[in-house]
Amino acid sequence: MNAPTFEKRTRDQMAARVARDIPEGSYVNLGIGLPTLVANHLPKEREIFLHSENGLLGMGPAPAAGEEDYDLINAGKQPVTLLPGGAYFHHADSFAMMRGGHLDICVLGAFQVSASGDLANWHTGGADAIPAVGGAMDLAIGAKKTFVMMEHLTKQGQSKIVAQCSYPLTGIGCVSRIYTDLAVIDVTPHGLKVVEIVPGLAFDELQRLSGVPLLA
Amino acid sequence: MIDKQVASVADAVAGTADGATVMIGGFGGAGQPNELIDALIAQGARELVIVNNNAGNGETGLAALLKAGRVRKIICSFPRQADSQVFDGLYRSSRLELELVPQGNLAERIRAAGAGIGGFFTPAGYGTDLAKGKETREIDGRMYVLEAPIHADLALIKAERGDRWGNLTYRKTARNFGPIMAMAAKLTVASVHEFVELGALDPEAIVTPGIFVQRVVKVARTATGPAGFRQAA
Repeated sequence: MNAPTFEKRTRDQMAARVARDIPEGSYVNLGIGLPTLVANHLPKEREIFLHSENGLLGMGPAPAAGEEDYDLINAGKQPVTLLPGGAYFHHADSFAMMRGGHLDICVLGAFQVSASGDLANWHTGGADAIPAVGGAMDLAIGAKKTFVMMEHLTKQGQSKIVAQCSYPLTGIGCVSRIYTDLAVIDVTPHGLKVVEIVPGLAFDELQRLSGVPLLA
Repeated sequence: MIDKQVASVADAVAGTADGATVMIGGFGGAGQPNELIDALIAQGARELVIVNNNAGNGETGLAALLKAGRVRKIICSFPRQADSQVFDGLYRSSRLELELVPQGNLAERIRAAGAGIGGFFTPAGYGTDLAKGKETREIDGRMYVLEAPIHADLALIKAERGDRWGNLTYRKTARNFGPIMAMAAKLTVASVHEFVELGALDPEAIVTPGIFVQRVVKVARTATGPAGFRQAA
């Protein structure tokens, strides 16, 4: 087999790519894990409101070492800061912001996304796995747009974009756009439409690697 | 004269019955009323049903209550964490029942109880394993799941300031479940770090009006510690 002619996007490059699609003035929730990196790539001059489901809006960066206040944390329970103009609120209000469609964008990690935009990201379904769902199901269906960030393939080389999710579902038909280390793909009523492919990767090769038919 | 302040944390949790449903505020460590939980352990009520976002961190607070064997069932959204070893052990050995609820449904079920709502249709969880067996309905072309309120006998919450009428303010994201749990329980107990004169709290800024609070107890301020994730060595 020939050496690949393309380079996969790194996690930071994926985050930077997602950040490009977040316009000024957006209310945004960044999920735990990979999506958290997006915050590092939002341009300083662009005002974006970051929401964290434990009850804050206008979330700022991590505090300096020694300045941590564990009454001021994010959904991953890591210490954060509040920007001037930021606000605290209780949990029912926080999830009203999601469920009520007030957030413009949420960015989530995923185990699998189906061709029709079903999302699986909360549980592997393993018999001995202790389940924990948190806000995943509320986030998936709540925002105006749900972006997923994930590696295109599992470590075993299987497509994480699938005809039907084999892992337990988080939400049905909720994903708007998929950002992988190989491509950006929109979920449309007609199917999965490829928006962008990393340089050097041909559409046919992307199609071969993907578990479902793609639209050019 | 009405004075909801009680002298000690023991007085604050006095009368808790075996089998009670107890809401405990907090998201990880933030807002977790450790002094009230310790008092509940000392009080001795057993077979409790606990409502919390998580299922304890480390060995203190809610984790200590679980470890003491006082809890029959926990209703929560995110039990598994890097430091949830007490819950993990009890769950794996089937000594603790778990009702797993999506976080927003948990919050709204608590709020519904406090607001006198008999149930509500929510899109969150529709089509997933966590909605199995629940009534569903299509409303304006979207699918919803019927969820029931969660009522409690007792709520233990951590606030920042309180007065003798039970008015409360909170500190930063430690607010989380406090205001809605206060509404949903027959008896709400709030710990505060400052007990102030009536009128000292700005009425425009009171978060929980005293109608939702029955007992207030002052506890010494201790810094909230990290919880819920593996600390870098």
